[in-house]
Amino acid sequence: MKRPSWLLTLGVALLYVFLYAPIVVVIVFSFNAARYGGPWTGFTTAWYGRLLDSPEKLLAARNTLVLAVVSTLFSTVLGTLLGFGLSRYRFPGQKLFSWLMYIPVVIPDIVMAVAMLMFYGLVRQTLGLFELGLATMIVSHVTFQIPFVAIVVRSRLVGMDPAIEEAAHDLGANAWQTFRLVTLPMILPAVVAGGMLAFTLSLDDFVVSFFTTGPGANTLPILIYASVKRGITPDINALSSLIILASVLGTIAMMLAERRQEPRGTS
Amino acid sequence: MARRAAAEVRFGEQLTPRSELLRSALVSGPAIAWVSLFLLIPLVAVVGMSFLTRGSYGQVGLPATFENYRRLAGYGLLGYDPLYPQIILRSLLLAAGTTLVCLLAAFPLAYFIVRLPGRFKNAALTLVVIPFWTNLLIRTYAWQILLGPESLLARLASALGLAPAGQPLYPSTLAVYLGMLCAYLPFMVMPLYSSFEKLDWSIAEAAMDLGAGGPQVLRHAILPQVAPGMAAGVILVFIPAVGQFVIPDLLGGAKTVMLGNAIQQQFGASRDWPFGSAISFVGMALVMLGLLLYARSAARRGEEGLL
Repeated sequence: MKRPSWLLTLGVALLYVFLYAPIVVVIVFSFNAARYGGPWTGFTTAWYGRLLDSPEKLLAARNTLVLAVVSTLFSTVLGTLLGFGLSRYRFPGQKLFSWLMYIPVVIPDIVMAVAMLMFYGLVRQTLGLFELGLATMIVSHVTFQIPFVAIVVRSRLVGMDPAIEEAAHDLGANAWQTFRLVTLPMILPAVVAGGMLAFTLSLDDFVVSFFTTGPGANTLPILIYASVKRGITPDINALSSLIILASVLGTIAMMLAERRQEPRGTS
Repeated sequence: MARRAAAEVRFGEQLTPRSELLRSALVSGPAIAWVSLFLLIPLVAVVGMSFLTRGSYGQVGLPATFENYRRLAGYGLLGYDPLYPQIILRSLLLAAGTTLVCLLAAFPLAYFIVRLPGRFKNAALTLVVIPFWTNLLIRTYAWQILLGPESLLARLASALGLAPAGQPLYPSTLAVYLGMLCAYLPFMVMPLYSSFEKLDWSIAEAAMDLGAGGPQVLRHAILPQVAPGMAAGVILVFIPAVGQFVIPDLLGGAKTVMLGNAIQQQFGASRDWPFGSAISFVGMALVMLGLLLYARSAARRGEEGLL
């Protein structure tokens, strides 16, 4: 077939520029010496140094990480079991439940966020539980992460040859041994991929955290939102640049990991 | 169906219905219980709340009425006010517009990537995926810089006489669209790309050999083949776009209040949970309606659904 026309190439190039312009501008402006944004006045790395002096930002960074790590651990275990259970055992109402489990994937995140906010509020009024803060954010994140992990794990299980697990049983392994020694090692790449997806979703989330957090438990996205509402400051650009750097490295690592597991997965 | 009562073999194990139920409860149970408790029950509570009434101090209680939905339909205490019908319509239009623009942009992009030689293909695809994994909030506020009063784009617009000099290009509807396109383009490119990759080019070539022109080839030989990817992309863009609140919040003004902003206002400053719940329920219903339409069209084409 013929080579792409210059018009198509130009259009595609413009789309890439469009996709990357926001990312590039944030990084460039994080090195701008000008105090209140505006035009370029000189190169500086001072804003990065500033970040380390701000206890508020360090705390938010710590909260973001704790939130992402803890919620990922919970949701990876629960989501893997769900994906396994739904593809291996039948129970009454299974079809209905496997549809309901997808609600967090398809519902607008703001609706999910206010539903949780209201639920915590109502429970707090009656039982005194669920004081808004880091804990409620973790619970909320686990809730929307579970289905994503389950989807990834399940798609791997569906493609697996049942004869392998059957062989384990025939050789005398009980259900736990089969899962632990045969199934789990085979689905491990999917479990890791699901966990990485859950981790990224947690890091990216702003809306659910914003509604389910309480005083003193800011995350980086909440902090950025608050600063943007007041007017962008250069140290927020520096902070955002570091988050972008982490995302880019994370994405590349994820792609490389995926590519490495592919040849084994297709055997 | 007689076999139902007897033990069945599952992956090499004999399981009676009871033991299988027990196994399910142990394995799937915890996650189902978690999602039910923290999401399904709260969503039911939202529906219930939407029929209650807000007291003068923000407390909620009886009587149970349709008042919130009447208000949403425009019939408030002070006579007809089109504010909320407009917000609903605007959100739907914005979501539909975003979906259309994403489709128009993603189509050539996915086509271009799939025609690249192997090693460039992966790189080009990774370049689309990276912004997708980069925090949406950051990419959105970046448009405030890109459209700021001294930015290149603002100066270009004023040089062309499209905008007064020294003024930022946001808040505006255009800014909201730019932010939306930037946020959702990867969602459209990825499913379209996987459809393009499976595309049988010999059908297009046959059409050309039989004398079909470019538009005809596109319409009859290519579009039917990439329809599943397009449908998946439409769903992936439209659903989150309906409820989007960060982008209109940061790049739009009072003229671009969307469902998401209205919900946030009721649960935040206005503290009117019943009314906020009614708006949330409408948002949920719109999304479910979209999914239903998608599922039906997917069933007609005889495919597995998106999920």
